[in-house]
Amino acid sequence: MDESRRTFLKGAGLTAVGLGCGFPILDAAASALQGGEREQDTLATQWAMVVDVEKCLADNVRRACTEACHAEHNVPDITERDDEVKWIWTEEYQHVLPDQVHGGTPEATKTMPVLALCNHCDKPPCVRVCPTGATWKRDSDGIVMMDQHRCIGCRYCMAACPYGARSFNWKDPRPFVRTKPNGEFLSDYPTRTKGVVEKCNFCSERLREGREPACVEAARSVQGGEGALTFGDRSDPESEVSRLLRERYTIARKISLGTGPNVFYIV
Amino acid sequence: MAFPVLYALGASGGAGPPELEMPEEATECVENTPLMQANHMDLLAQWRNAVVRDGEREYTATTGQTYVMSLTGTCMDCHDNRETFCQRCHDYANVSPRCWDCHVEPVGN
Repeated sequence: MDESRRTFLKGAGLTAVGLGCGFPILDAAASALQGGEREQDTLATQWAMVVDVEKCLADNVRRACTEACHAEHNVPDITERDDEVKWIWTEEYQHVLPDQVHGGTPEATKTMPVLALCNHCDKPPCVRVCPTGATWKRDSDGIVMMDQHRCIGCRYCMAACPYGARSFNWKDPRPFVRTKPNGEFLSDYPTRTKGVVEKCNFCSERLREGREPACVEAARSVQGGEGALTFGDRSDPESEVSRLLRERYTIARKISLGTGPNVFYIV
Repeated sequence: MAFPVLYALGASGGAGPPELEMPEEATECVENTPLMQANHMDLLAQWRNAVVRDGEREYTATTGQTYVMSLTGTCMDCHDNRETFCQRCHDYANVSPRCWDCHVEPVGN
């Protein structure tokens, strides 16, 4: 063997061993620099919602919210439960807030209708498990975003989400999306396609234009729906959401799991 | 003997690049035409990542002109007919991008 080649290989081997020993140290240094998990308080903005359960008892208030959301985002209306797609929907109290139900809870309370949606958690488990980075928590305002271009439909996020806030498109949603009489969709928001997961996005496309989420606007426009849903920045102590959290007794879904939900309920 | 070959050569005249319907109102695209012809897919991918991942909305072209990064809003505002613009060329090039599986095509043109 050529002498210089031999020397080169020896050197390369030693370098590889050296790097191998060095990596654990580098790793430790990197995680020390990152300083562990990001704290909620460091976010400049954290959008949050307060749901007044009593004001949402009226069917028309809840229906207005769901319909406004579906129209805004071209959400398909699929009636088969196995295939349904939900962004904001009605669920029984005992299923939305199971750890609030005990032996003495009256049946009427257990079956009370409550609005449910994505909680845009401080520590979203769906984001942790996504293998492609198709879902992530946005640093600028804490919204748990979805990038449909990157979703491969593995549904890990659906398994991880303890709130059932994510839906999978088992079939092409387009035939089930409501249209105007001329066949045009109600909104130019992109529909989804078969094989991707979708969920509530806190109306990030409206927030960008300085408008509040469609459900909040819809609830307000219905008789008796004033104050049913309140949306705002939780990191701003002056916001309406912060005021409600301070002054009213609020609960959130499955807080024992440590996900840090940002949708709160006044019961 | 040579007839089939010569005939095929003669008949192949129709296989040239497709005729695309250009916008009547606008005279220039976001970038110059050769660049758009060759690299529109890269520009669209760049726009997609900027909008979806980074929340940016404005694109500054090499001319200094700024545009809102939007397929349905900006591109389709001028190129308002997908059939006679996008599709005709994509058929010729035998590519099938999946933009319109989700993105909503402007209707009424």
